[in-house]
Amino acid sequence: MRRLDASEITGCVARLCMEANRRLPADAEAALRAAAERESWPGARGVLADLARNLDAARETGLPVCQDTGLVTVFAEIGQDVHIAGGGFEDAVQEGVRRGYAEGWLRKSVVADPLRRVNTGDNTPAAIAARIVPGERVKITVSPKGAGSENMCRVKMLTPAQGEEGVRGFVLDTVREAGGNPCPPIVIGVGIGGGFDSVAALARRALLRPLDSANPDAYYAGMERGLLAEINALGIGPQGFGGDTTALAVLIEAAPTHIAMLPAAVCICCHADRHAEEVL
Amino acid sequence: MDAVRISAPLTEAEARALRAGQRVLLSGTVYTARDAAHRRLLELLERGGEPPFPLEGAAIYYCGPAPAPPGRAIGAAGPTTSYRMDAFAPALIARGLRVMIGKGPRSAPVLEAMRAHGAVYLAATGGAGALLASCVESCELVAWPDLGAEAVRRLTLRDMPLTVAADAAGGDLYVSGPAAWREGAAKAKIKGDFHGNER
Repeated sequence: MRRLDASEITGCVARLCMEANRRLPADAEAALRAAAERESWPGARGVLADLARNLDAARETGLPVCQDTGLVTVFAEIGQDVHIAGGGFEDAVQEGVRRGYAEGWLRKSVVADPLRRVNTGDNTPAAIAARIVPGERVKITVSPKGAGSENMCRVKMLTPAQGEEGVRGFVLDTVREAGGNPCPPIVIGVGIGGGFDSVAALARRALLRPLDSANPDAYYAGMERGLLAEINALGIGPQGFGGDTTALAVLIEAAPTHIAMLPAAVCICCHADRHAEEVL
Repeated sequence: MDAVRISAPLTEAEARALRAGQRVLLSGTVYTARDAAHRRLLELLERGGEPPFPLEGAAIYYCGPAPAPPGRAIGAAGPTTSYRMDAFAPALIARGLRVMIGKGPRSAPVLEAMRAHGAVYLAATGGAGALLASCVESCELVAWPDLGAEAVRRLTLRDMPLTVAADAAGGDLYVSGPAAWREGAAKAKIKGDFHGNER
């Protein structure tokens, strides 16, 4: 059994908090720059060019790409042959977030209670989504997500009879209602199946996929392409001022569900589909 | 289209002259306030208290900046989504608030208050916080430091690039922009079909 000190997890999470907030994954940056090249609507070209310049500014200054450095989800795949020593895993993760947000000059956006609303001052707690996997490595992915897009996410319990049409309609309605609020161009994670809790997790996890990837199942890959075209035909455009580019990608994840159920979740993210990972 | 240079605070006439879709470069003094600061501001005004900054002609930036690293005036400083302030905005507009800076569409009561009192809504590019920070020359705490990122701060801006998203004459770019695009797309489609028939 491999021994891994909890302090290594803390250091890793702190680094990843800073990295994820300061630069986008290569696939997300490439998708934005390609859209800026392709866009034909004049005002929209300007907005996309500004967003591309913003990524350069963040790189040059070390500032985060967005002031909303988000609520953090830490995804972890923990090898079952790893023994974490010298502290608890979850405490180590939270300490990493605390340190990363302090050292990285990142905004502290978390309130301790949803109704009484006092800021915790250190951006903790982060949500932790851990899985136990074979092996003796630990893979950690830190993904901060801002409230502008998070507030536009929806879950709906459809009926099996509503089928694919029902899911497509729900995705389109959600994007239409979101309009200019989530800082389009957006990335859309869609979860289909599972239960009420797991469908939201599926949609959220879909955002970790490269934006140029397709679902390995040809049926869902076709649905991703179709939905992306339908969403861009809405004309909402960058910032909601009209244009060709409303969405950069639709990423669908499906899971087994109950005979009486068809849950669907739409997780809207802005162009800054932030995540960074390391394997320990 | 060349951008119009304006400076906050603004007069009613200056605000009324702006039109949805125009590009502006904003300089001068703006105050940051978002969810929690708006609630406190309204509670204070309802009790008859003095606001922490003069509302007449004022510009409020819906922004909770990231902390400033050493040697910088401010951290990343882009806009937050404006609709969350819709419940508070009409009462502030009636008391002289002239400019709101944020992102995303506004409600009918906000647009109506803008028409009635002569206010304007400017959009900053959401997601461009690192770039927008370069237009902030200074940042000072004004009120409610316990709110952290949500505290009220006085910012001095120099040529911040913004778009008039909604004006005092009823113009709303969140409606007219996508509608114009759809009209253009429909025309292009008809044209495409026509050329298709020719072949």
